[in-house]
Amino acid sequence: MGMTMTQKILAAHAGAESVRAGELILASLDLVLGNDITSPVAIREFAKLGKDSVFDKKKVTMVMDHFVPNKDIKAAEQCKVCRGFCGDMDITHFYDVGDMGIEHALLPEKGLVTAGDAVIGADSHTCTYGALGAFSTGVGSTDMACAMAIGKAWFKVPSAMRVELTGALRPYVSGKDVILHIIGEIGVDGALYRSMEFGGEGLSSLTMADRFTIANMAIEAGAKNGIFEVDELTLGYIRGHGADEPRIYAPDADADYDEVLHIDLSEIEPTVAFPHLPENARTFTDIGDVKIDQVVIGSCTNGRLEDLQAAAEIMRGKHVAKGVRVIVIPATQRICLEAMELGLLKVFIECGAVVSTPTCGPCLGGYMGILAEGERAVTTTNRNFVGRMGHPKSEVYLASPATAAASALTGRITSPWEVMK
Amino acid sequence: MKYSGNVIKYGDNVDTDVIIPARYLNTSEPSELAAHCMEDLDKTFTARVRQGDIITAGQNFGCGSSREHAPIAIKASGVSLVIAKSFARIFYRNAINIGLAIVECPEAAEEIREGDTVEADLDSGIIRDLTTGREYKTAPFPEFVQKIIENGGLIASIANGAVK
Repeated sequence: MGMTMTQKILAAHAGAESVRAGELILASLDLVLGNDITSPVAIREFAKLGKDSVFDKKKVTMVMDHFVPNKDIKAAEQCKVCRGFCGDMDITHFYDVGDMGIEHALLPEKGLVTAGDAVIGADSHTCTYGALGAFSTGVGSTDMACAMAIGKAWFKVPSAMRVELTGALRPYVSGKDVILHIIGEIGVDGALYRSMEFGGEGLSSLTMADRFTIANMAIEAGAKNGIFEVDELTLGYIRGHGADEPRIYAPDADADYDEVLHIDLSEIEPTVAFPHLPENARTFTDIGDVKIDQVVIGSCTNGRLEDLQAAAEIMRGKHVAKGVRVIVIPATQRICLEAMELGLLKVFIECGAVVSTPTCGPCLGGYMGILAEGERAVTTTNRNFVGRMGHPKSEVYLASPATAAASALTGRITSPWEVMK
Repeated sequence: MKYSGNVIKYGDNVDTDVIIPARYLNTSEPSELAAHCMEDLDKTFTARVRQGDIITAGQNFGCGSSREHAPIAIKASGVSLVIAKSFARIFYRNAINIGLAIVECPEAAEEIREGDTVEADLDSGIIRDLTTGREYKTAPFPEFVQKIIENGGLIASIANGAVK
């Protein structure tokens, strides 16, 4: 039986000819990531190991993104711990206010991940880098601490679901609609413990932004990692961002996939996940009239330039509906600058939205857009659990940037197809 | 490893945001986290949980974020063991790594009732519901994971050279 992409990358990092699903391995890592929430716990655990240096100061990265610029004294103390540690350890890639961005948008942009890499991050959305053909998965702070010390992590080699893509997306439909549709089909534990491996003839029609969004939410189906086959577009992105030379691993023809999901991209419609699970996916035939109080466009899922462009195209020259608060969060400083140069920030502000510095902020109910009891938000973020964005009795509806923008204009959950007729 | 306590029962997809809401993630102090454990799902949890209690739950327990604060909050609440039909994988790793005992046993998770007194021996893989007299069998941990637990968690395993 042949190997999947994920199995090939894990084998290469475990120094093995081949690995099979279920096997436990110790794999070497190309990058270890933490943020301002998870790193302080990792730093505390790392101290117990009695090491005076990390395994490779260029392969450990910390990004201050969740509660920065610091939202309160405790958050400030946590960042201070990270800043002190990265200073002491002489960490090359420490990103603080001024050059930070939301980690999963920032690291690919900085060229820190390439195809064939094995990456762990103490953040569940670390699976995002699968868009680049890397094995990349979220872990906890203790795993991060140990990986900082020895440059390795243990894994149970996952089996995999193959997602075979055909066709091409229709206008105003994007990667977010694809992944919400898939999670709606398979459920929030539909890929539990497994890889989701994306490929097929439809792949070429997906932008890198679409692929990052899809890989980002593989965790919302319970997957260990999401990974895309590498094509010319991937290679162009990797080289364009100065990342290391890619190592391309294609799945074997007889790769051990335990399930194949066929997705015809041309059939995907604007899709919204209703509270309180990402699997509650609906298309506009059964959405009805759902009034909203807030819109958030941003996050590691959908805060990239293409996402802002999609929203701005719909919001240009219009005004947000009365009573709706619209918060736009470019995911990195560079994206913010590019959005400014392209005039997108002007579009948002003239439309009645606010534009924030990069932060995870409202996505996890941290700050910068918390919901009150009974309020509803349409957001381009990734989770709609109870209390995710604020009060336990508030509601989060997950959608694409185009759907969020259309909803901002009408004050109810609205398809981009309705406003862009 | 033996555990015994009264059962607090929850359903499917208990996510890390209800186990410990992100508004409390500006600290990693176990006792502070425990004070808000399960707050958005069950406001009575912190008042009624007793040292040694056992949580049972449905599918995909611990889904969502990678926050190790979630198993830390549960452990610091006094919970000795979580029995679920299945666990989200990052939560599963984190629980092992910090030394919170967890076990997958769909039958036990389904049948054991809120308030039952349960005894579990994870070495032999036997879970007993002392209230109903029913007994359940679970699969043992893989050897590699047992080694981590026997050495007192991942940090201790690396510190003493068991994992290199």
